Amino acid sequence: MRKRMATPYLIWILLFTLVPLGMVVYYAFTAKEGGFTLQNLTNIPKYAPVFARSIWLALVATALCLVLAFPVAYRIARSTGNRQRTLLLLVMLPMWMNFLLCTRAWMTLLEDTGLINRFLGLIGLGPVHMINTQGAVILGMVYNYLPFMILPLYSVMVKIDRSVIEAARDLGADGIRVIGRIIIPLSMPGIISGITMVFVPSVSTFIISRWLGGSSNLLIGDLIEQQFIGSAYDPYAGSALALVLMVLMLIIMAIMNLFDSEDIEGAMI
Amino acid sequence: MKRIISVFTVVFLLLSSLSLAGCGDSDKIVLKVYNWGGDYISTGEGDTLDTIAEFEKAYPHIKVEYTTFASNEEMYAKLQSGSAQYDVIIPSDYMIARMIEENMVEQLDFSNIPNYADVMEQYKNLPFDPNNIYSVPYIWGTVGIIYDSSVVKDVPTSWDVLWDPQYADQVLMFDNPRDALGIAMKKLGYSQNSTNAYEWQEAAEELKKQKWQAYLMDEILDKMENGEAVMAPYYAGDTLLIQEENPNIAFAMPEEGSNLFVDSMVVQKGSAHKTEAEQFINFMCETRIAKANVEMISYSTPLQSVYDELEPEWKNSKILYPDREALDRCESFVHLPADINALIQSLWLEIKAG
Repeated sequence: MRKRMATPYLIWILLFTLVPLGMVVYYAFTAKEGGFTLQNLTNIPKYAPVFARSIWLALVATALCLVLAFPVAYRIARSTGNRQRTLLLLVMLPMWMNFLLCTRAWMTLLEDTGLINRFLGLIGLGPVHMINTQGAVILGMVYNYLPFMILPLYSVMVKIDRSVIEAARDLGADGIRVIGRIIIPLSMPGIISGITMVFVPSVSTFIISRWLGGSSNLLIGDLIEQQFIGSAYDPYAGSALALVLMVLMLIIMAIMNLFDSEDIEGAMI
Repeated sequence: MKRIISVFTVVFLLLSSLSLAGCGDSDKIVLKVYNWGGDYISTGEGDTLDTIAEFEKAYPHIKVEYTTFASNEEMYAKLQSGSAQYDVIIPSDYMIARMIEENMVEQLDFSNIPNYADVMEQYKNLPFDPNNIYSVPYIWGTVGIIYDSSVVKDVPTSWDVLWDPQYADQVLMFDNPRDALGIAMKKLGYSQNSTNAYEWQEAAEELKKQKWQAYLMDEILDKMENGEAVMAPYYAGDTLLIQEENPNIAFAMPEEGSNLFVDSMVVQKGSAHKTEAEQFINFMCETRIAKANVEMISYSTPLQSVYDELEPEWKNSKILYPDREALDRCESFVHLPADINALIQSLWLEIKAG
């Protein structure tokens, strides 16, 4: 009986994840005229700069998210009752608004004559050029995906036994040691899943780069979108791109999981 | 692969028919219309005419299912996936040429479309459908330069002005290879339909010479309205909309000529309701219906009777209806050979990924 309870989900994942995935793989190895080909994949190296840029921007955004989220998640995990609920609510608040609307709003905020620059003008600063830069793309990623870093961190940290920290203190560890040797190692599963949940959507986004990057900061997501519903229309090349992106993500995830599976002693910095 | 897709289609159709059963409209013929998104038909908003409701009133046995696409390529991709069957589709010129070439559209029975007689001679037998057997024009327009006249003091006369170094980083460009490279081609004095690879390469080099503020499509409208950029290529008709919000915005048609686009109605191959589709096409060409649509879209009409009835401010607008001589310098896109298309795509990637 218990086994059967997962059946709806298994059917769901089979129909809407595995079958489409199979189609992507099939298309990636199919020529426009039909028949097997490696052409789609051997064309990929010419997109190397786009891959490099996407991965770089996603890494920076992920790192920033981690740095920003860690203290916040810790603070929420250590607070109690109403305060904790309020803080969690605040973290989730931006997620109630549609992601596209938020990104579009950032476009208006960051413009040269946008709200931020108008405000800076009032106090005699700027204008600071922000829109259509890589910085703006990273900002968009961090803004949209920060909750996905905070929440897994929080859910791990909230389970850290307070007495472990007290014991470390009693044995003479200072604040930095407690964070470095107790909290970070014990938060590792949260860190790993947070990194995954921020990195994956960041590396494959296309709307953030179009609206905030002025699309002269082309990312892989843009490239794939162009192949499927954009002007390039070539689902075979698009599938090959998507396949390579998936493989790259898997490799990066596998490397991440190495850190996770090592024992706590080994993961210490 | 096609088989898997059709299995999916069957499953979805079953699901959707289940959910629709009992709605009461089941005895009606469902006519599927696929058009450009973003106010590309009069919907009855405000005091305008709801043209689809009017059609359903005139033909009570037909129910229209109206869906939209954002680009010709998106529409094409949808049809190619084999998962969708529409009756009436309204794509642009070069895409219609491609669809004709790939046998994706039906020949029309013009005896069902008497209003075709109202189409002005210059919008019949267009290059994408030279004998005019597949399509009926819906709307047309031109591309030109929209600019902020409070910054750009001289009226632009040439595409060169987009490359003016003093406006570096303040000019927007179309985010689509055919339009963007096409403008560079016109600047260099070449045809936008050139089949000469060297000319396209030269155009790509030209495009790289300017530092564009951004490559965008519909977002250009917002940015120009808010004064974020000083110049951009855009569709003539939209200028009138922007001017309502920002009176500084002006439009100029470069002397080198430009792109004249025509969006025409076609019937998708395999339509089960071809006659009804033709009735719909005919209805869309009725004067009061077409007038409501053209006033909503604010582009230009190919129908003589509609043009005659337009308000003088529209009719006499040189933006919407340029002189014959200016129009003669414009070109419509045609469907290019596969190798040129591939070249354009790789040049575009080089420009964008650079």
